Amino acid sequence: MKNEPVIDVRNVHKSFKNVYAVKGIDFKIFKGQSVALLGPNGAGKTTLMEMIEGIQKPDTGDIFINGRKWKGNERDLHRIIGLSLQETRFIDRLTVTETLKLFAAFYELGQARVDEITRIIGLDEKTRSYVVNLSGGQRQRLALGIALLNNPQILLLDEPTTGLDPNARREIWSILGSLKKHSQTSLVLTTHYMEEAERLCERIIIIDKGQILKQGTLAQLVEENNGDKVIEFAIEESGTAIHRQRLESEFQIVWDDNGDKGFITLSRIENQLPEFLNVLNRNNLRLRHLECRRKTLDDVFTSMTGRRLSE
Amino acid sequence: MNKADRWIHQKQLIQLISAHFKEVTRQPAVIFWGIIFPILMALGLGIAFTRQPDIVRHVAVIEENADKSAEIAENEKTESLIDHFLETHASKTAGSDGRPPQYKITLTDEKLGNTTFIFTKTDWRHAMVRLKRGNIGIIMDEKNGRIQYHFDPSNTDAHFSYLKLSKIFNPNSAPYEVTSDQETPDQKSVSVRPLTVPGTRYIDFLVPGLMAMGIMMSCMWGMSYGMIDKRAKKLLRRMVATPMKKSYFLISLMTVRIAMNLIECTLLFFVAWLVFNITIQGSVAGLLAIFLAGNIAFGGIAIFISCRTDNTEIGNGLVNAVVMPMMVLSGVFFSYHNFPDWSIPFIQKLPLTLLTDGLRSIFIEGAGFAGVMFPTAVLLSIGICFFSVGLRFFRWH
Ligand SMILES: Nc1ncnc2c1ncn2[C@@H]1O[C@H](COP(=O)(O)OP(=O)(O)O)[C@@H](O)[C@H]1O
Ligand SMILES: [Mg+2]
Repeated sequence: MKNEPVIDVRNVHKSFKNVYAVKGIDFKIFKGQSVALLGPNGAGKTTLMEMIEGIQKPDTGDIFINGRKWKGNERDLHRIIGLSLQETRFIDRLTVTETLKLFAAFYELGQARVDEITRIIGLDEKTRSYVVNLSGGQRQRLALGIALLNNPQILLLDEPTTGLDPNARREIWSILGSLKKHSQTSLVLTTHYMEEAERLCERIIIIDKGQILKQGTLAQLVEENNGDKVIEFAIEESGTAIHRQRLESEFQIVWDDNGDKGFITLSRIENQLPEFLNVLNRNNLRLRHLECRRKTLDDVFTSMTGRRLSE
Repeated sequence: MNKADRWIHQKQLIQLISAHFKEVTRQPAVIFWGIIFPILMALGLGIAFTRQPDIVRHVAVIEENADKSAEIAENEKTESLIDHFLETHASKTAGSDGRPPQYKITLTDEKLGNTTFIFTKTDWRHAMVRLKRGNIGIIMDEKNGRIQYHFDPSNTDAHFSYLKLSKIFNPNSAPYEVTSDQETPDQKSVSVRPLTVPGTRYIDFLVPGLMAMGIMMSCMWGMSYGMIDKRAKKLLRRMVATPMKKSYFLISLMTVRIAMNLIECTLLFFVAWLVFNITIQGSVAGLLAIFLAGNIAFGGIAIFISCRTDNTEIGNGLVNAVVMPMMVLSGVFFSYHNFPDWSIPFIQKLPLTLLTDGLRSIFIEGAGFAGVMFPTAVLLSIGICFFSVGLRFFRWH
């Protein structure tokens, strides 16, 4: 049964009072895969994750975990899933160890596993601190530790590093990195940091406004449509339509939503950059900003929506 | 459920109880407001309302010598009974500005409160003036070696003074010939039976009321906060995404509350016993039964009112809406019989009234187990009803 997906999301819809949060999403995730759901705030990532976690019910559509629906299988599915919610606060005046012990008891696990997890998440020094006194990064690591307690087949992390400083973020990444190396856990995480998706996940699903915009490996996403490099620029007195038209007649340009910055996707900077500068020169346009770089997921997102991933 | 499964579940329950217990006891404010404050309140109110104020009464003593010539008095050297008694037993304060000296006798009496008599020597004319003004109620003089008391028999206060005074001055004779059917009219055995024996004082009324109030407050505030706060923190949602048994979560909250309340009530009783000598006159088993039922009733109500909201402000409002009316109506501090007659049957059916009355009937009236069966059963049913409805609509996410 190698090809049976561990998570199978089929045409799932979900709306709240006046928000259509998830508008028909389909994907399959196979054993050992790591997948990022990448999208800006409000894209519907959390809603989708919570439906996979069995916390919310889809309005229509089906979700199968290991080929089984949530209804009637809660007990078994809870045992094979580890998760962290977008933001959970634990009991303030319980120590790290006590919190881990409480959750370990839910999975019939004992002190040995608690000690092991404490080591994995690097909180050995903090075992006797109250949760309320932990830093943001330490708290996220505790949440991750709780998600890992039951050695889950499926690990679902909702924005595991949002709001953390770069150091704290890298600590979480290294925990997840070594987990990937040493276990067969399938990982789904949501994020609006493209670096996180690029670094931790071989497959990326870009979501916006409740729909999948695009999915694939990093290389697939980036190299699609004529090139993996980007010129990002802004011109003086940018707004005027005439200037835009002149440029657009020669290049395929994506403008961001304010019409301030332009993006040109290309494959060979050496040839095309001089050409671009020429055109500016001929039209008497002066540059306020110019950047040539490898194309990122953010660029992919911008080229499709006109918005950046993280505002 | 096989053996292993049962052990897992016990482990869940034990860890939940331990976590909740730590959560509660690690908040110093909880210890203060939940345990120390009720005790302070009992002490404060108990002392304020239980101790009798000292009674001070003025007595005029007619000095026969005042009329006669000083020589005779000195020659005869017959000191009157009253004088002799006052000189030997009372404390004397010299009168200033030519006023006659005063004598003071204080009778200390733990049960009835202290009474102080101030004797002033004067003549008949002055004594009558003071009597008419109400400064004194009783006049004493001596005739033929017998002390006489003069007072208005319809004045009960004077009557009271007379009884006391006659007891002081004629310790061997009762003021009246007391005859009793059973007892021999041995006058020494005639003693006052004050009505302030344990059981009828304000403190005896107050302590069960404070216990009931403590149970209600702690269940309503503590449990609803424990649920709403965890829902707001998304901790509930995180917990039910594990194989945790949901009912265990609520049971553990309740267990911790019952334990805390047991500690609170025991300490309160202990202190009240030490200081005021209050007693449990009825059945201890009945007391435990109604205590448990009260916890379950208010725990159930707490679960019911906090089954949906994730906003602690709304939770506070709901708790207040339940708690406040009962605090006013249920007679925790003062008897609810002062409310209009038509409202009494309604008041008596409030959970806090049932609990308060039930506890009082055991503490004060000496009710047995059977005596509190009815309120216990009603409280239990209230608890179970609210618990089941609350659980049915409980929002875990
Ligand atoms: N419980 C809810 N009630 C109403 N609207 C909701 C609820 N949860 C999410 N939404 C709305 O659904 C949309 C998607 O939200 P969410 O899934 O949290 O996005 P993301 O996690 O990608 O930021 C947002 O517009 C959000 O406001
Ligand atoms: Mg989210």
